[in-house]
Amino acid sequence: MNHPKIHALAPELETFASEPFYQVIGNERDLFEAAARKKLPVLLKGPTGCGKTRFVEYMAWKLGRPLVTVACHDDLTSADLVGRYLLAGEETVWLDGPLTAAVRAGAICYLDEVVEARKDTTVVIHPLTDTRRVLPVEKRGELVRAPDDFLLVVSYNPGYQSVLKELKQSTRQRFVALNFDYPPPALEASIVARETGIALATAEQLVKVAGLTRNLKGQGLDEGASTRLLVHAGHLVAAGVQPRDACQAAIGQALSDDSDAVASVDDLIRAVF
Amino acid sequence: MPYSEVDRLSNAALHQSLDGIFCFDVSSGRNYEELIEALASLSRGEQDFSLHWAMVAAQTHLEIAYLVVLLMPDALRRLGAKPAEAWVVAALDGFDRIGLRNAVIRLRDIEGFARGAVGHAISLESLEGRLARFLRGLSGRSLQVAAAETAWTDTATVFLPPAIDIGSRDAATSCYMAMATLLWAQGRYGTFNVDLEAALSGVRDRAIALAWLALLEAVRLTARLERDLPGLRSGLEALTGNLPPELNAARSILAAPEATVGDSLVWLHARPALLEQMPPPFPLLGELRPEAAQRVRMARIQRQAEVLRLSIAELVAALREEQGVREVEVASDAEQLEMRVIVDGQELTLPPEGLAAAQSLIQDLGEIPPELLVPAGPAEWNPAGQPGSGKTSTMETRADFLLDEWDYRRQAYRRQWCHLYLQTVAGADAAYVPAVRARHAPLIQQLRRRFEAMRGEDRMLRRQADGPEVDMDALVEAIADRRGGAEPSQRLFCRRQRDERSLAAVFLVDMSGSTEGWINDAEREALVLLCEALEMLDDRYAIWGFSGWTRTRCDLYRIKEFDDPYDAAVQARIAAIKPRDYTRMGPPIRYLTQRLLAEPAKHRLLVTLSDGRPDDFGDEYRSQYGIEDTRQALLEARQAGVRSFCVTIDKNGADYLKHMYGPAAYAVLDDVRKLPLKVAEIYRKLTF
Repeated sequence: MNHPKIHALAPELETFASEPFYQVIGNERDLFEAAARKKLPVLLKGPTGCGKTRFVEYMAWKLGRPLVTVACHDDLTSADLVGRYLLAGEETVWLDGPLTAAVRAGAICYLDEVVEARKDTTVVIHPLTDTRRVLPVEKRGELVRAPDDFLLVVSYNPGYQSVLKELKQSTRQRFVALNFDYPPPALEASIVARETGIALATAEQLVKVAGLTRNLKGQGLDEGASTRLLVHAGHLVAAGVQPRDACQAAIGQALSDDSDAVASVDDLIRAVF
Repeated sequence: MPYSEVDRLSNAALHQSLDGIFCFDVSSGRNYEELIEALASLSRGEQDFSLHWAMVAAQTHLEIAYLVVLLMPDALRRLGAKPAEAWVVAALDGFDRIGLRNAVIRLRDIEGFARGAVGHAISLESLEGRLARFLRGLSGRSLQVAAAETAWTDTATVFLPPAIDIGSRDAATSCYMAMATLLWAQGRYGTFNVDLEAALSGVRDRAIALAWLALLEAVRLTARLERDLPGLRSGLEALTGNLPPELNAARSILAAPEATVGDSLVWLHARPALLEQMPPPFPLLGELRPEAAQRVRMARIQRQAEVLRLSIAELVAALREEQGVREVEVASDAEQLEMRVIVDGQELTLPPEGLAAAQSLIQDLGEIPPELLVPAGPAEWNPAGQPGSGKTSTMETRADFLLDEWDYRRQAYRRQWCHLYLQTVAGADAAYVPAVRARHAPLIQQLRRRFEAMRGEDRMLRRQADGPEVDMDALVEAIADRRGGAEPSQRLFCRRQRDERSLAAVFLVDMSGSTEGWINDAEREALVLLCEALEMLDDRYAIWGFSGWTRTRCDLYRIKEFDDPYDAAVQARIAAIKPRDYTRMGPPIRYLTQRLLAEPAKHRLLVTLSDGRPDDFGDEYRSQYGIEDTRQALLEARQAGVRSFCVTIDKNGADYLKHMYGPAAYAVLDDVRKLPLKVAEIYRKLTF
């Protein structure tokens, strides 16, 4: 039968031809590989911008599996994950959601910031995370069985203060949990240098600034500067911006709107650059 | 000025000089008369001064040069020669950054410049918070900043002179930064990590030795800081630029990365000749007071060791209970101030207070000494017995709650510092609310209508079994399902739902003495109007009044609890709100934040009504301290997920309000009569 054309965004199965840069810090790669081998779902926890997403991309490359990434938000419904029927003229066309697509393809499905999703939404992943490893697609009356290569990975940031942003025990106890944090200074500097192409000495100074701002966490800053912010600053420096200006734009102003907090970060930046 | 009256330039000479600067074209319509008139009133020296700066300004823009000549007599009269120079430079600087128009405005505002330039001094008070945050950022350990005649540190407090005047405010600020950093470095890089008393016991004159040692340490620490924090170099150079030449020989030794205070001592002991006389004074580098520093350091080590020992003991105890005896290893890294606890090969993460204690200990000791590992049972630790918690209640009754208070100078909390009492106001005057209601009947009608409208504008519930509107998405999906052969859903309607608001709000009303009169009346009326309007919604709300008399007597008056209906009893209590004592805002905000968190609502809102800055009887709360504590309490509320909004009646408050209410949103009313209408409106907008 010839379906009329429908306009819809099919979920993207990302494959990595070349190795994404990721600096292994501890035993996270081995643990992840073991979990993947044993078909155990993985939970990555850690502050924002410390390399969780990059790690998943790296592991997808390493394991040679496609990757489907879903950025979760509070209006994400289970249909957004599983899929829905679309009307196309007189026909109905089923469109797999990203989760279903990942299950069928034996891909890694990465639900980024999973606590942002509504609680009822997170429940659809439950049958996938135990020994059943199935995804019920109720609308189609279909039970999609996950192939051995399918792996569910979720991430969350435990630093959130909000009681609403807690992961339910019934969800979190289904995962192997890997804790992420900012890398040790020397490694972090080499990461920033490698990622942005700036001199290692400059990267070390950026890392020093980050360390100083992390000391102010809870004293006016909700979070210290993340590795991602350092990479941003590094890119600005590589583009010819003065390091001090780069830090002010990429770190100071990015961390807070409070003028006192920004001024404090500014003082610390000036102490280093 | 080296000229006498007779040397004054003639009008013709002035014309010629001006022409040299401006080269006015006759056709431009400009002429020199106005300028000559201005210059003619000046002495010869002043004339030359004006022409010189006109020439300088002309390099940038002729318009500015023109104004410089025109306004110079006024500027010289009001500012004097030196500041007048700065006035021109500031205008030129302004042109570079913000354009001609602003530069001209700036130039014309001689008065404003005069106000800004009253001395170039900067006071420590204005920088205290900034310096304390800066030092905290450097090491993660909080340091107080306090004023003293001589600069020195006991490693817990950095003492700095109360004001610095060295040419410009920027230079003074950078000088303060450098001084504070250098003193911080004494603690961070171990100036007091050896027993200086013992090390100097052999010298003839201890004061001379200490003075030389202070200079040597300044050399060592400056080198260290310039390596670690190169951005501070220029500020530090200003402090240590002209040290005595005798010290040059020490530089290469002390600048080595591994140099310690021991190297300074060795160098000093090898040069007995130096110890014969005092070095020249360097007040900006500060003094060493080893005895005070040692006392503070020892006390801190003891305290932090206790905290760390306990943290480790708790970690290990939990494991031991599960799996028997464990082998515990501890590794510390002095450079990164890091400590790792490894139990049977597995690295454990210490709780934040344990990590902070470890950091502090590494700074004081260079490493974590192994004897700290002797595990102590948690039972030995008694939080109530902690020394120095400052609990000195003067009240015989027991407070309902003890609350922490933020001390911005320490950048730390004073634990259980405020005594909070919950009181119930005895109801008064049952006729008050009906009277207000009658007086404001049209306004209440209007508010009720507006609030009623909010109910209809709430969240739309989709995919309902029934409802006033068809849910198009659901319908399309149902058709699609049917075509696809699946059972179509019957939930094809949408409905607006007001339960979805799920909001809990607390109104906190200032009952301090300063609200006497108009403000108190306005507050009560505002509450009546608000309640009348809120009855249209199903939001849960509570009303509390606060007043205080020092930290040992903070009263919170119950006017309406969340569960109380808006009935005659509540109305009588609103009527009974009356001015009492002072405004200590931190404790009520902290307590009510907790109450809000206990509410099962999705959104939590704290609205404060007050009449000005925080103030309390007889203590420092009325100063910066109260502002900082209030700010901190609002920050805590925000971090806990409580949105706050502050309504203030204060015509002159603008300077500190932005800072204090920074964590919250706020509105300032300059007219108290606007309050009743405003509060209900603010609530409506906030929860819309």
